[in-house]
Amino acid sequence: MTTNILDKGNLVPLQGLGVDKGNFNSPLGVGGRLGGYVSTRNSCKLCAPLGASLVFKGIEGCVPLIHGSQGCATYIRRYMISHYKEPVDIASSNFSEESTIYGGSRNFITGINNIIKQYKPKVIGIASTCLSETIGEDIPGHIHNYKEENANTGAKLPTFIHASTPSYCGSHAEGFHNTVLATIKTLAEYENVRNEITILPGMVSPADIRYMKELLEDFGIKYTLFPDYSETLDNEYTAEYQLIPTGGTTVHDIQRIGNSKATIEFGASFNKSFTRLKDKSSVQTAGEWLESKYYIRNYQMPLPIGIEASDKFMEALKTISGKELPEHHRKERGRLVDAYIDAHKYVFGKKALLYGEEDFVTAMADWCKEIGVEPFYIKGADFETLKEKANEFQPDFLLGNSKGYYIARERKIPLVRVGFPIHDRFGANRMLHLGYRGTQELFDRVVNALIEYKQENSPIGYKYL
Amino acid sequence: MIEGHKIDETNFNPPLGVGGILLDERQKQVSVAGANERTIDCNKASVAGSVSQRACVFCGSRVVLYPISDALHLIHGPIGCAAYTWDIRGSLSSGPELHRLSFSTDLQERDVIFGGEKKLYQAALELINAHKPKAAFIYSTCIVGVIGDDVERACRMLEDETGIPVIAVEAPGFQGSKKDGYKVACESIFKLVGRVNNPIPAKSINILGDFNLAGELWILLEYYKKMGVHVNATITGDGRVEAISNAHNAALNVVQCSGSMNYLAKLMKDEYNIPSMRVSYFGIEDMSDALYDVARFFKDDDMMNKAREMVKEEISRMMPALAWYKERLTGKKAAIYVGGAFKAISLVKALRLIGVQTVIVGSQTGTPEDYELIKKLCDEGTIIVDDSNPVELSHFVKEKQADIFIGGVKERPIAHKIGLGFCDHNHERKEPLAGYEGMINFAKEIYATAMSPVWKFTKTTDPLTP
Ligand code: SF4
Ligand code: SF4
Repeated sequence: MTTNILDKGNLVPLQGLGVDKGNFNSPLGVGGRLGGYVSTRNSCKLCAPLGASLVFKGIEGCVPLIHGSQGCATYIRRYMISHYKEPVDIASSNFSEESTIYGGSRNFITGINNIIKQYKPKVIGIASTCLSETIGEDIPGHIHNYKEENANTGAKLPTFIHASTPSYCGSHAEGFHNTVLATIKTLAEYENVRNEITILPGMVSPADIRYMKELLEDFGIKYTLFPDYSETLDNEYTAEYQLIPTGGTTVHDIQRIGNSKATIEFGASFNKSFTRLKDKSSVQTAGEWLESKYYIRNYQMPLPIGIEASDKFMEALKTISGKELPEHHRKERGRLVDAYIDAHKYVFGKKALLYGEEDFVTAMADWCKEIGVEPFYIKGADFETLKEKANEFQPDFLLGNSKGYYIARERKIPLVRVGFPIHDRFGANRMLHLGYRGTQELFDRVVNALIEYKQENSPIGYKYL
Repeated sequence: MIEGHKIDETNFNPPLGVGGILLDERQKQVSVAGANERTIDCNKASVAGSVSQRACVFCGSRVVLYPISDALHLIHGPIGCAAYTWDIRGSLSSGPELHRLSFSTDLQERDVIFGGEKKLYQAALELINAHKPKAAFIYSTCIVGVIGDDVERACRMLEDETGIPVIAVEAPGFQGSKKDGYKVACESIFKLVGRVNNPIPAKSINILGDFNLAGELWILLEYYKKMGVHVNATITGDGRVEAISNAHNAALNVVQCSGSMNYLAKLMKDEYNIPSMRVSYFGIEDMSDALYDVARFFKDDDMMNKAREMVKEEISRMMPALAWYKERLTGKKAAIYVGGAFKAISLVKALRLIGVQTVIVGSQTGTPEDYELIKKLCDEGTIIVDDSNPVELSHFVKEKQADIFIGGVKERPIAHKIGLGFCDHNHERKEPLAGYEGMINFAKEIYATAMSPVWKFTKTTDPLTP
C-alpha cells in the first residue's frame, strides 16, 4: 500500500500511483505520475496497530495492548468507537521520554500487571507501534522474561500473543492479516486431523461474520471462524459494563485450527505488501502458513461479493461438506438473480469510484463488472489523488467508506457507504456485504442510490420508477 | 460480568468505597467533595496498561492549531497520526479551508532508516507552492526525534525559500499528555505573534481558546460587537495567520478554557505586557460575566450599559424556556467527564440552572486549582476524578445512579451500554452550546437525553428472557 516510493538518491517519485489496469479497463492512461506528490494528502489507509487491535477484539477474553506511546492507542480507540458504536478498550504501555531512551521493558511489565489486575483477561494481544519498532523493542523477549519472572508465583498467566505492526511497513489491512497470522502461529497445534474447517474472513463487518456462521451451520460444517468480533464489537444492551465483552473465538478453538482439514481465507492482497527491508520476501498468509506447516488444504479466494464470487465460495463449501447448497440459500441466490434482471438498466454503464482496503476493493470491482458498472480505483492512492482523478473519470457514484464523502459532496453524486470506517451513519455493524444475501443488500442500496439521485435531479417528481 | 475485575482487596484500599476498582497508582487521582482534604494528584502521566482516555502531546498541539484555516498543517511521521486527525474538529471557517486537509510525510521504512528530513523538505515545499498558505506548521510525531531528523533546520530552509513563516511544532507524543501539547501549540502560535503591525482600535481584545465549534465564536463576536468591543485576533477559532501575527497590538486577552490557552496569554503578558482574563462562555452566569468583565476592564460605562441591556434582553427571552426545562428535569443526576476542568465547572453551573445535580466530575487535564474550585462548587458526595478510564467511570456512574453522562466521543458507548443517557460536549458537536442561544440548545439536548421513552427498555428487564 505504499503511496509514493521514493528513490533515496534524488528524492524524485519513481513510481507514481499506477491505475490497476490488470483488473479492468480504465479510461485513464496508465503508468503516468498520478498523484505526483511527495506527501500523502488525506490518507485512505490507516495504521497497522488498528488492524491488529481489531483481530485481538475477535479473541475471547482478550485485551489488546499497544506497546508504544499512549496517543496511538487513544486515536485507534476513538476511530473504532466511532464506527462500531461500542466500547473499545485498548490498553497502552504509555511510553514516556525515559522509555523511549532506555527501552520500554518497565512499562511493559507495569502495563501487563495492570491489565491483569483490572481485567483478568484470558489473553493479552500485544501490537507494536512505529515508535517501539524504531527503538528496537524486543517484545518476544519482554514476554519471555515476564513469564519467567512469574513462573513460580502460582498465578495463572494469560496467553500472550504478539504481532509486529510498524505502520511504516504496512497499513491497517496488513496489520490485520499479520495479526491473524501471528495469532495462529502462536496458538495452533496439531493432534490429529478432524472433520472441521477454518475460516478466515478478513476485515469484514460483524453482520458478515454472523452471516458466515449461519451459512456454515446450515451446511452442517464444523468450523472455527477467526477473528470473530461479531459480538465483542456489536453487542446487545448489557445493562452492566462488561470489562471484556462476551464473544470472540476461544483460545481453545484457535489451538485446534491445526487439526482442520481445510482453510478458507478471503482476500486478494492479504499482507503481501508488508515487507521489511531486511526481508524482502513477501509475507505468508495465515492460510498459506497452515498449508506449509500442517498440510491443511488452503482455499484462497476473493471476498464473496457478487454471484460469481459467492458461487465460488459455495462450491468450496459443497466440496468440503459433500452437501448441496441449503435450500433457503439457493433461494437467496435465485432472488438475487431476479433482482439483477429487474434492475439491470439502472446500473448498466454507470461508473463507480472505489476505495478502501485492497481486498475489499478488488472484490467490489469484480462485483461492479458483474452488474455492468464500470469500476475505477487507484491502488494505494490517497483521497486527494482520487479527487483529482475523478475529474477525468467522471464517476456516477462512490462506493466506499465515509471518508470519501467530501468528494461525493463536491461532485454532487451519491456515496454508497460500505466497509470501514463508517463514521457518519448508523448501523455499520449491521451492514452486510458477503454472500448472496449481502450482495442483495448492496445491490438494492446501489440501485436505490442511483434512482434517488435521478429522481431528485428530475424536473418532475415522478412516483413510479 | 462484574466478577472479572474484583481485584484482591487485601493490598488495596479504595479511598471512597467505590468497590475496589482503582489501580494503586490511580488512588490519588480521585477525590470526593466534602469527604477528604486531599488535593487531587493530577498532571501525572497515565499509568502503563490502563486504558487512558487521554491523548498525546501531538494531539494536544494539533487540536489547538487546527482551526488556523489559512495555514498549512503538515504532519511529519508515519501515516496514522495524520490519518486519525483528519478533519477531526467541527471548527468552522468563514474563509479558507486549508486546515481541513490532512497532509502527512507518511514515513516508510527506508525513511526510518535513512532519515526523513529530505522527504519532509520536499513534501512541504511542494505543498506550500501548491496551496500558497500564509504560514506552515510542521508537526513532528514520536519517531521523528528518534530517527534524528532536524526539523528546525528544515523549517528554516523552507522559510528562506518560501518567505512564509514555517514553524516546527515539536510534539512527539511520548513527551507527555495532551496538556503538554497545548503548551507546544501556544509556543508555536507565539512564534507568529509580533510579525506584523496593523493599526487597530484602542478598545480591542483577542479571543483565546474558542475554537469556533459549530460556529460558537461567531455568536460571541456578535455580542462583543453589540457592546462596541473590537475583536482583533481569534485564537484559534476561525483563525488567520495575519490577525494572529498582529495579536500583540490588542489591549486585552480574553481567555476561555483553562487548559489550552493560558500559556499563550502568559507569554504575551511577559513579552508584550498584555493583560488577560479568564472567562467561560458556557451557561448564563459565566457568559454574562465574560461580557461585564470586558466592559469593566475598559472602564467604559457606555460599554457596560450596552452589555447589561443585551444580557437583560437575552435572559428575559430565554427564562421561560429554561423554566420549562427545569420543571421537568429537576431531580435528574449527571456525570461529567470532559477534557478541560474549566469546562466542567461551567457545566456544573449550567446543569444546576436546569435542575440537574452533578454527581461526578472528571477531566483529562485539570490543574490542582481547578479541582479545588470544583470541590467547592459541587454538592457534598460528588466524586471528582482526574484522567479516568472506562472501568472507573462505569463504576462511579453506577454507584451514583447518574441519569446523564456528559463527555466525549469515547465515553458514549460506555454510557449507552449501561443504559445511561449521553450528551456530547466535545469537539465534534454540531450545535453551538456557547452563549445564551447555546444554553437553550444545551437544555434541549439534556432534555432529549434524559426524557427519551427508550429508557423504559433499559430500566425494566426483558419479559421474554426466562
Ligand atoms: S503518541 Fe506519537 S505516534 Fe502516537 S499518535 Fe501521538 S504523536 Fe503519533
Ligand atoms: S506512530 Fe505509527 S502506530 Fe502510532 S498512530 Fe502513528 S502510524 Fe499509527
